[in-house]
This record gives sequence, structure tokens and C-alpha cells, in this order.
Amino acid sequence: MDAWVLALAAIAGAIVLGVLIARWVRGRARMGTESQMATYRTLHIASLAAPALRGGLTEAGTARSVKYLRGLLGVPALAITDRFSTLAWDGIGDKQREFAVQHAEAALDSGSPVVINAEQARDVSEMFRSGIAAPLTSDDVVIGALVAYSNLPAGPALMRAVEEVATFTSGQLDLAELDRTRARSAEAEVRVLRAQISPHFIFNSLTAIASFVRTDPDRARDLLLDFAEFTRYSFRSHGRYTALADELRSVEQYLLLEQARFGDRLQVRLRVDPEVLSVRIPFLCIQPLVENAVRHGLEGRDAQGTVSITAIERGPECWISVEDDGVGNDPQVIRRSLSGEPGDHVGLANVDERLRQAFGDDHGLVVETAPMAGTKVTMRIPKFAEAVSDE
Amino acid sequence: MNPTLAAAGMALTVLVTIGLAAYSSRLARTTGDFYVASRSVPAWWNASAISGEYLSAASFLGVAGLIMAGGADAVWFPVGYAVGYVLLLALVAAPLRRSGAYTLPDFCEARLRSSKVRLIASALVVLIGWLYVLPQLQGAGLALQILLDTPTWVGGLLVSITVLVVIVGGGMRSVTLVQGFQYWLKVVAIMVPVLFLLAAWRADASPSALTDAPPVFDDRTTVRIENPITVNVSEQLTLEAEGTVDGATVAGSLTWQPGQHTVADGTTLVFPAGATVPHLSSVPQLTGAGWGQPLQSGEEHTLYRTFALMFALFLGTMGLPHVLVRFYTNPDGRAARRTALVVIGLVGLFYLAPSVYGMLGRLYAPELLLTGRTDAVVLLLPQAAVGGLAGQWLTALVAAGAAAAFLATATGLTVTVAGVLSQDVVSKRVRDPIVSFRIAAAAAVLVPLLLGLVAESLPLARAVSLAFAVAAATFSPLLLLGIWWPKLTDAGAAAGLLLGGVMATAAIAISTLVPDLAGWPGALLSQPAAWAMPAALATMVGVSLRTAHRITPGVDRIMIRLHTPEAVAVQRTWTARGLR
Repeated sequence: MDAWVLALAAIAGAIVLGVLIARWVRGRARMGTESQMATYRTLHIASLAAPALRGGLTEAGTARSVKYLRGLLGVPALAITDRFSTLAWDGIGDKQREFAVQHAEAALDSGSPVVINAEQARDVSEMFRSGIAAPLTSDDVVIGALVAYSNLPAGPALMRAVEEVATFTSGQLDLAELDRTRARSAEAEVRVLRAQISPHFIFNSLTAIASFVRTDPDRARDLLLDFAEFTRYSFRSHGRYTALADELRSVEQYLLLEQARFGDRLQVRLRVDPEVLSVRIPFLCIQPLVENAVRHGLEGRDAQGTVSITAIERGPECWISVEDDGVGNDPQVIRRSLSGEPGDHVGLANVDERLRQAFGDDHGLVVETAPMAGTKVTMRIPKFAEAVSDE
Repeated sequence: MNPTLAAAGMALTVLVTIGLAAYSSRLARTTGDFYVASRSVPAWWNASAISGEYLSAASFLGVAGLIMAGGADAVWFPVGYAVGYVLLLALVAAPLRRSGAYTLPDFCEARLRSSKVRLIASALVVLIGWLYVLPQLQGAGLALQILLDTPTWVGGLLVSITVLVVIVGGGMRSVTLVQGFQYWLKVVAIMVPVLFLLAAWRADASPSALTDAPPVFDDRTTVRIENPITVNVSEQLTLEAEGTVDGATVAGSLTWQPGQHTVADGTTLVFPAGATVPHLSSVPQLTGAGWGQPLQSGEEHTLYRTFALMFALFLGTMGLPHVLVRFYTNPDGRAARRTALVVIGLVGLFYLAPSVYGMLGRLYAPELLLTGRTDAVVLLLPQAAVGGLAGQWLTALVAAGAAAAFLATATGLTVTVAGVLSQDVVSKRVRDPIVSFRIAAAAAVLVPLLLGLVAESLPLARAVSLAFAVAAATFSPLLLLGIWWPKLTDAGAAAGLLLGGVMATAAIAISTLVPDLAGWPGALLSQPAAWAMPAALATMVGVSLRTAHRITPGVDRIMIRLHTPEAVAVQRTWTARGLR
């Protein structure tokens, strides 16, 4: 008896939950006044059209967004063209899509919307009585057009609506251009970093290698191969992120070359948990820190200097630190260079900036230093980050 | 039994664990060693670590106990625990690794780009983790009670403290080495005694466990009753008792008629040689032959229960949060797949042993059927069947293995639960990442410890199968659809996770609180995976189809990333350049 009561209660609970979930999923938009509903519907459709346009004026992107844009206008057919061909078509008359770019010609040339007369519209479909072609711009340059066909005679209402949708679309295309610019500037930043490591280091390495050519040709050969590997990694052109293991490999080659120069004066220690070797980190985010550590660890003294690199697992994060026991620094100087002032630590600011970009503002570099007390630079890398998985 | 030796075995495991954890990260003092230090963990060792974390107290102690009591039906437990990895290997391992996700909530974010689904998944990870840690602590309590005669809460408390010390002390940095070591310790600890047990059994003229009679006491046997019990007696039986039996105080000889009898705690029963073993009311009374056959347990709807159990174990494995995080150590999807393949072999090797303990337990430790504490068979059998000094050393060895079992699983689960708690809950309020992780770790241990004090103890392997059922009803449909069906939407995933989670948890709660439900309600509620998983799957599909406009933007890119083998050189840099 009790058993059945409980079972029925459980089933009833499950059904109630299911209904609630279904209502929640379907019904959230049902609330509100008519005008709120209309606003919601319009903005929602616009928001669906937007992501596909963020890739720029491409065939794939326009094909995905054109049906939503047509939904906004409520016209029987809508086309998107670039300057030379029709990219996407939604609605009646798909077979006649090449007409759209012809009808858009005037709009593309003049940069302002034009009316397509009944005769031209009939070429596409017997049903159509008129059409509007409105230009699409990016950075104030006409790059394409939106062509709408209607089975009613052309009127100012349709004209205004098409113009507004074209403006909205142009806005998205501007954002696409912004995205591209931003990506280009991030790439440029990495390029700058590559340019930074090269001059001193290449010169020093080559002279160090040269000094071994006669006395120890085998070592010279090994060092040259390390040098080759190191440059191939540093100058590679793809990917903003890399596995920690690969970056460590490059750091190893870098340190081998530095040791050729400094000999026993440069001591190194590496401590790494094997679990974090596959963590993806921004490309070249450890090497500049090691370069700093070598420079500041040995600079201005004849004694030995030790550079320690550790990478440890801390639950969902990996903590990487680079430490030297050199002259240290005034924390104020570091603070200033991290905030972007030009100085001796450009590499530091660059790494900090890229870490914040990839993982958020609470994942910047942490620098512990004081005059004559060495320097320790630590970063916390999440094992999973959306920015990295998105690449 | 020699408690000192057994305690030493357990203590040694704990010390070695802490020691290895503290010194196991790789150290290189010259650039020449860098290469070795930055080489990724080989697949077989990673597989050892996964197996080490996976083989819990339920596997080490519980499976043998269930087989001893339930016979052929219970063999599905070890089979299911191992088969889960076949599905994991075929359907989940490589794509999950390629997604870059560390935890299951990460996967939700990577696949569905939704922070709400992420939160639901986090809550479920914590729930499954707690459900899974609970039997580990109870298993520890049982082991210590049997070996050292401590109260049951002591074991759980000691394990909790050890786990906390290891994690909060920052010692558990390099889990792979520790867990890998614990796998091999467990294999040795369960396999070496098997060899001795089989030798002793041969020397005893190989008595069959599959006779037509119920188990009998071979010798005059004294049993001390620790908890009040109700037993079923199948034929008239004369015994000696001291204490309270059937509500009356007795001291001396006593005759039991067939039927049910109650025995109060603190009572001592002495059975003559050749007496048929009375069974605890919840343990099925089986003859040897019946024990060897499937579907004989006498429970209602045994066929359904068996299939539902298979459903839970086969599909639940892929949703176990502490197992999945270990796959992150693999450098790529290919290595993840190879690791999963080796895990099947390693786990399969281990599960050869429990059936032997189960069978020999019926011959040499039948009093466990009376007390119902069959979970203890692995710990008691070496002494009962081998005996002598060898028996004591073997007991110390299984004690060490049992300690490894509950430590490995409890630590792994706590790290995972603490990671999720600190990332999604605590760090929102506590800025310092170290403090935040410590608070989360304490919560991850304390909740199951307190639950263990109030919750009734189920057989270990069955308790763990409940965690499997929740995983099967929630994460398994999410992973299957998320990886193989591009049209899954965030709304669909959220609805399915909530529905599956609520249904499975409610079923478990009801069937534990009201243990004697009969008929279909009893069967359905005690094994919810078989209906909750299809319901969650259908909900995910249905809601996703209704909310097609919410399909993840860029899902094709995500799918390509998940499914493209590493050997294929695709352009993996999806920057603006790739889209132009």
C-alpha cells in the first residue's frame, strides 16, 4: 500500500517537473504586452541573424542569416549580394537569383536605396510587383546590397524597412571588420614578441656557437641544431596557443644555447607535474620570462645564478612559475612596466596582457620581487578555457 | 587475527601514498634532463592511474561480498564495471579529450557555450561525487571495525582526515604516480591471496560450492552479533546462545524451529559442526546449485533488476567525473583512446579475483551470510581458509589493498568535487585561489562524512551502483548526444540533466528510506537507470528539436574539432583568416 502511494507520488512529481520544464522552455516569451512581444520578436530574430554575419559578407554566413532577415521584413523573397554576384536567396524565385545583382546595380553604384519597378520584378516571378535594393556598407564603403521583392506596389513603408535592415546588417559587417582587426592586432603582437627575442639572442647564440666550432665541433653542431629548432618554434606562423610540453621543449633549447654562453654560471632547475604537460598556454608565454630571469639572474655579478621553472597541478588549474636568485628589482618598476610603460620589461607586460586576454583579468602575472632578493613570476593557467577551446 | 599486522599494512599504504604524493613531481637539475621531465605520461601508466582511482572499496570489498550472497546475478557487477570502459572507449574518450575539457562542466561549456548548463553539470558532479565517496567512507569504517574492532565511524573519519591532509597540504600534486601505484598495490593485494586460497582449497580436497544443499558450518562456530538481526532458519536447528534471542534472555542450549528469529546485539551464538547456516532476512537463501545459476535470488522482477543494473553500470562509467578528469593527462585523443583500451585490460584483470573470494567465502566463512556482513569476506577469508602466520600476513596484505582502495577513490573524488566547487561556487565569494580550494576540499569531504553517520549502510557495491545510476541518467545522455548529435541545444541538455538527475535521485532516496518496497515500485525505484536514462535522453532530444533556434553557434566547428583524428592535418587555427 505504502509502496504504491510513494511510487505514485514520485511519478506525479516527475510529471509536474516535466511540465514545468516544458513550460519554462516554451513559455518564457508569452508574458508581456503586445508591444513588448513585438519588440521581443523583432530583436530576437535580429539576434539570430547577427552571429552568422559576424564572419563578414561570405556565402556561408549570408546563407544562414538571410532567412531571419526576410522574417524581419515579411517579404516573399530576399537576396543578399556582394558587388559582383548574388550570395544568398531566401523565398520565392530561387532559380532566378542572378537577377538580384543586376537589380542591385544602381544601388551599388549610387550608395543609396533604389526602387525596382514592376517590370523588372516580374522577371523574377510573376507574383512580384516591386522591389527595393539597399546598399550594404562596411567602413563606409559599399560592399554589397540587400534586395527585397514584394507582391505589392512599392511604398515608403517597405523602403524604410529595407533601409533599416540594411543599416543593421551593415552594423554587423562593421563588427566583423572589427573582429578581423582585433585578431590581426593580436597576431601582430605575437609577431612583435618574436621580433623582440631575436636580435640580441641570435647574435649571442651565434658567437657562442662559433667559439665551439674548433674546440668542440660536435657540441657546436648540436647547438646549431638546437638553434634551428628554437627558431622554427619561435617563428611558427599558426596558432595562438601551444601545449605546455612544447613550450618547455623550446625553453630547454633556449637554455642550452644560453648555457653555451654562460657555462657553469647558469644553473637551471625544472620541476613539472606530468599531469599538466598537455595544458594549453598562450604561445611564447614562458620563454620571455625565462629570458628575463637569465638576464636579471646573472646580470652585473660574477657569481652563479639559478633559474627555476616549476609547473604544478592545482585542481582545475596549472600554476607555472619562473624564478631567479639574481639582483631582483624595485616592485614599483615592475608595476610601472606591467601597466604598459616602456622600459626594461616589455616581455613581461606583453605576456601579462595576453594571459588576461585569454583567461580573464584575474589570471595576469604575479611578480614577487625586491632589490637583491631575486624575482619570481607566477601565472595561473586554467586547464580549460573557452577562449582556448574556441581556437 | 593479528590486529597489529593488519593495522601496519594499512598504515604503510597511507604513508607510502603521502610520501609518493609529496615527491612525485618530476625534477630536472640540468637542461639535459628537461627532455625526460617534459615527456608525457605513457598510456599504460595513465591507464594504471585511472584504474587505481576507479577500483574503489566497492570493487575491492563489495563485489566479492555481493557475489558471495547473490551468486551469478552479482557477477554482473564486475562485468558492468569493466564493460563501461568499452562504451567509454568507443564513444567518448577521444572526442572528449579533443574538446579540451578537463571536467564535465567544462565539456558543457565547450560544446554548448552555456554557463547555465555548466552550473547544472557542476551540481550533478558534486552530487555524484558525494554519493560515491559515502560508501568509501563506510567501507573504511567496516574494514577497521573488522580488523581492529573500532566503532564504525572511526574508519570514515580517518580516511577523511588523510584525504584532507593530502589535498590541503598540497601533497596531492602528482596524482598519476600515486594512483598508478595504488592500482598495482590493489592487484597484488587481491591476487596473491587468491593463489594461496586456491592452494588451501586444493589441499582441502577441493570441496564444491555448487552442491544441492545450503551452506553449512564445517566446524563448531562461534558468532558474535554486533547489530540486531532477523534471520531465516530453513530447518530445525539446535545451538547454544548467550544474550537475547527472540526477545528472551538465554544462556545455554536453544532449539530454533524453521521460520524467522531475531537476535539482539551483543549476543553470542555457537553453532555445532554440520549445522545449516541461518541467513539474514535480506540475504537470499540459496543452495550451492542455485547460487551458481542466474535469476535465483528470489527477489521480485529479478530479470528487470539485472538488466537495469547492466544499464546503470555500462552507461554510468562514462559519466563518472573523477574518471574523466584523468583522461586530460593524455596529450591527445588518440592517446586517450589507447589509455581507455588498456584500462579495460587492467580493470578486467582485477575483477577476476572477487568471484574466487565469493565462492570460497561460502565454504570457509559462511557465518557472514548469517550476520549479513558479506562485504567483509575479502578481509576475513585469508584467516579463515589459510590460517596461521601465512593467514596473518595475507590479511595484512588485503588490509593494505583495502586502504589503497578507499583512499584512492576518495582522494580522486574529493579533488574533482573540490575543483568544481571552488571553480563554480566558492571562488565567486573568496578571491584567494588557495583558500577557495581548501574551503571547497573541506566541504567535499565533510558532507559525505556527516551523511555516513546518519545513513543506513547498504552493501558497498550496491551503494556505488546508485552513483552509477545517477551518472547514467544524466551525463551519459549528455555526452552521447553532445558528442554525436549536432542539434543538441543548451535548453535540451539542461532539461534532460535536470529531469534525469531529479528522477534518479528521487528514486534512490525513496528506495533507501523505504527499503521494503515490494513489487514493481520496489524494483523500478531501486534500479532507476533503465527508465531514467531513456527518459533523460528523450527529453534532451525532444526539447532540442523544439528549441532548434538555440543550436550552438559554430557547432560545425566544434564537431570538427571533436571528431577529427590528430593524424589529419586540418587547419586548426580558426581565426578570421580561416573564415574569409
